[in-house]
Amino acid sequence: MAIDFLYPQYEVIRNPQRCISCRACERQCANGVHHYDVDFGCMMSDESKCVACHRCVSLCPTRALKIVKTDHTFKENANWTGKAISEVYRQAGTGGVLLSSMGNPEPYPIYWDKLLINASQVTNPSIDPLREPMETRTTLGAKPQAIERDKDGNLVDNMPPQLTLNIPVMFSAMSYGSISYNAHASLARAATALGTYYNTGEGGLHQDFYQYGPHTIVQVASGRFGVHPDYLNAGAAVEIKMGQGAKPGIGGHLPGIKVGADISRTRMIPEGTDAISPAPHHDIYSIEDLRQLVYSIKEATHYKKPVIVKIAAVHNVAAIASGIARSGADIIAIDGFRGGTGAAPTRIRDNVGIPIELALAAVDQRLREEGIRDRVSIVIGGSVRNSADLVKAIALGADAVYIATAALLALGCHLCRSCQTGKCNWGIATQRPELVKRLNPDIGEKRLINLLTSWDHELKEMMGGMGINSIEALRGNRLMLRGIGLTQKELDILGVKHAGE
Amino acid sequence: MKKVYVNEKWCLGCHLCEYYCAFANSGKSSMIKALKDHHIVPRIRIEERGNISFAVSCRHCTDPLCVKSCISGALSIVDGAVFIDSDKCVGCCSCIMSCPYGALSHNENGVIQKCELCQKNEFGVPLCVQGCPNKAIVYEER
Amino acid sequence: MRYVIIGGSAAAVGCIEGIRALDKEGEITLVSSEPYAFYGRPLISYLLEGKTTQEKLLRYRPADYEEKKGVHALRGVRAEAIDAAAHTVSLSSGETLPYDKLCLAVGSSPFVPPTQGYDTVPAKNCFTTLDDALALQAMLGQDKAKRVLIVGAGLIGLKCAEGILPLAASIDVVDLAPRILSTVLPQEPAAIVQKHIERAGVRFHLGQSVTRFERNVAHLSGGDTLAFDVLVMAVGVRANTQLAQTAGLALERGIVVDEGCRTSEADIFAAGDCTVSLDPDTGKRRALAIWPNASMQGDTAGRNMAGGHAVHDKGIPMNATGFMGLHLISAGSYDGEPLLSRKGDSYKLLYTRDDRLVGFILLGDIDRAGIYTALVRERTPLSTIDFELIRETPQLMAFSATERAMKLGGGAL
Repeated sequence: MAIDFLYPQYEVIRNPQRCISCRACERQCANGVHHYDVDFGCMMSDESKCVACHRCVSLCPTRALKIVKTDHTFKENANWTGKAISEVYRQAGTGGVLLSSMGNPEPYPIYWDKLLINASQVTNPSIDPLREPMETRTTLGAKPQAIERDKDGNLVDNMPPQLTLNIPVMFSAMSYGSISYNAHASLARAATALGTYYNTGEGGLHQDFYQYGPHTIVQVASGRFGVHPDYLNAGAAVEIKMGQGAKPGIGGHLPGIKVGADISRTRMIPEGTDAISPAPHHDIYSIEDLRQLVYSIKEATHYKKPVIVKIAAVHNVAAIASGIARSGADIIAIDGFRGGTGAAPTRIRDNVGIPIELALAAVDQRLREEGIRDRVSIVIGGSVRNSADLVKAIALGADAVYIATAALLALGCHLCRSCQTGKCNWGIATQRPELVKRLNPDIGEKRLINLLTSWDHELKEMMGGMGINSIEALRGNRLMLRGIGLTQKELDILGVKHAGE
Repeated sequence: MKKVYVNEKWCLGCHLCEYYCAFANSGKSSMIKALKDHHIVPRIRIEERGNISFAVSCRHCTDPLCVKSCISGALSIVDGAVFIDSDKCVGCCSCIMSCPYGALSHNENGVIQKCELCQKNEFGVPLCVQGCPNKAIVYEER
Repeated sequence: MRYVIIGGSAAAVGCIEGIRALDKEGEITLVSSEPYAFYGRPLISYLLEGKTTQEKLLRYRPADYEEKKGVHALRGVRAEAIDAAAHTVSLSSGETLPYDKLCLAVGSSPFVPPTQGYDTVPAKNCFTTLDDALALQAMLGQDKAKRVLIVGAGLIGLKCAEGILPLAASIDVVDLAPRILSTVLPQEPAAIVQKHIERAGVRFHLGQSVTRFERNVAHLSGGDTLAFDVLVMAVGVRANTQLAQTAGLALERGIVVDEGCRTSEADIFAAGDCTVSLDPDTGKRRALAIWPNASMQGDTAGRNMAGGHAVHDKGIPMNATGFMGLHLISAGSYDGEPLLSRKGDSYKLLYTRDDRLVGFILLGDIDRAGIYTALVRERTPLSTIDFELIRETPQLMAFSATERAMKLGGGAL
């Protein structure tokens, strides 16, 4: 056997005084870390297989387990870190592209954490959301450019199609294929119960989920998987996916092993074939081309559904957004570089794209300057982690946010970032039936509802504190934000003053 | 009346219900004390084959054959639930012969045991249900 | 409504519970010749063995059972005759008891074959009631010095042997049949059980009868003689039909009842060991003198007496017992293709016929045997289940997912 240069990253610490050898850890680990040794009469572990997903830790009834990062180390080197060295070893061993999943984990600045929210004192009263009405309902879509009247002087209803959200949070695109049936069921049911939307991603819509259509955004991506007229008309809106924050500029690849009967039917591809989404849409090379697709979809859906165009946050995002706004899209979705993925080349995920905070501020500013801000709504995603991030996003100019990682966390994801292996122990990013069943949508739905309900409470508290009683009044209200520890350039892009100013 | 129901669709075959059952009826204050180095003989048992698994415990039938078959009067129905008075039981196994679910068994001392919905232990609600990580076992009115 | 129940065992209790399931008000009068509270008669061997006490044995139902169920019990009183036309029962106390609905749950009595010299035996007893057990216990005393001869190697005889094992100096069992438990087991499993019981010190004399007693000596048909101090007669039981005869009920080897436990006389029902009913398999009437059947028949009779429409047509022969630590469960008939499997000390014999499990015998490992019993009772077509799987071990996995969902998700069997 060749020398394995890699030392396991994590250690499984089992407290022998607490372990009752119930073997739940063994039965629940799809990676085969744990096993009961008959000769020793105790549980053993092979930590080289551990991905630190904590399934065993969470199910251990006596809390006998914990996973710790190994303190095994290379000679210290700030440049050649252990991670950098190990990646070289891995590539030297395999000759392959390094794959990763979920969002960019690298220590880039998180601007949410450098923005502070205002509150009212003395001169303008704060509002108690428990006593006074507080509006967190939001509508997304192009707004009419002018008031129109008929020849009798009556108002003409020229309102383009809108999405109505009870809370300005939607579940962003995750395809059936990248995540499981039960994960989709949980999202669909929760979106319906909450009065918001979930997004099919590029994998089509499973026949069982057409019933949630009024709370579904159907996606059209470069692979055009599962796209047909019924599909387009099943949802409340159609999203054209141009890019994804985790892997701007590249396509996607769902390995054939995950394309079982159900997914094959949903994606309209043969069972067992790889589902490859090309990097570009092969029919889109300009804003004009995009406009054609936008209007093709509008035709197909009889101008009754808003069309969303989703892009990754990249360097010249503001100009691109301006083009999209002029393409006829009703909503622009921008995905920051921390957005998640089921699988992406590590180098792309960790090095391409820009933070969503900067992209949002730039886009909102640009559209305002061009006087077209009300022609589109802006939805942002790419790591909105909590209700404070949500408040800051709206104050920076978003109409609503997309969350996916947070939603998956609610479903049990422990961010082990091993989605690409297809062995998700939490039943989320897997198609193996024995793993998929681990996510009971009855539980999943409840947890998602809990999450957004609590965010809604917090959102109202923070709005009330600012003396604001509607989302409308918070949107783009950058005076409610101050930067902390930011350079003047960063403050300028964000369009906020520094704390104390 | 609330009973324990099983939905195999959500059963993970983790066997935790068995351990929670054994703990609940051990009289010990912690699961570690109760089960460490201990071969468990639970009142709820997992059946598994391939990817299918499910827990089986007393169904608390409305017309329980075990109670009718019991020669000692050890089995009785109280408020809809079937209980066993192990003091009266002589271990004749008529109940094992009668139960169509195979829900009664011998405990480690050879005495007949069955699920009593944790009504006789300190928990008061079935611990298998509380311990089930995926709601494959529920305790509810149907 | 005035209900009268005659009898004091499983069928009588079943009847009380059946009536009360539908009628909380009607007057129930119970007439039992035994002076005791309800008890499980099969428990008497366990009493002698020390596995239960008389106090526990008499708590088959709680102390306040009769009060709670509204039962007026006349105990130690014998019902002597029934006037079906007048709807009355005359009692040994001289009273005449009127009834609207009557249930005969009068059981069976040990049968003692006429044997020469039986009268000369000084210490002898049968073994079916608590009084029998107490008398036997008194005869044996505490000094483990008495030699016991049991005539009959059926369930009663062998349970008696097990019960008195700690009390007797020696135990000999004689039976006319060539094997023990001849009505319950075929040759091979009977031999296994026999060997097990012999290991505990019991001696068998099979294929022989007692031709004559001479005080403390029994002369066997094979020519041997056996000396003994105490004789237990356990040859068999016969349904008690004398009382039914006074009412003019249709009788065969027991009181004839239909699947609703109705006799040939309106308003008179019968349940338990005293009855014969139709075996749907053979189309013939037969007695099913087993506890669960008595209990279920009683319940059926009770419900029908109270105006219900209960049916008991799933009675099958079955026995759960055990001797000296060896568990034995059997059910159904052995008229089918035998499928044998042995694992360690366990022995399993299944009988199938016409896509059904018609009977089975388990020795040793009896875990979840009721799943087999249910297949026999419910006449489940084996083609609808995974028989290979269930043949290996009784398990619900062998049923279809839909069936399992019904069984575990709320559907009552």
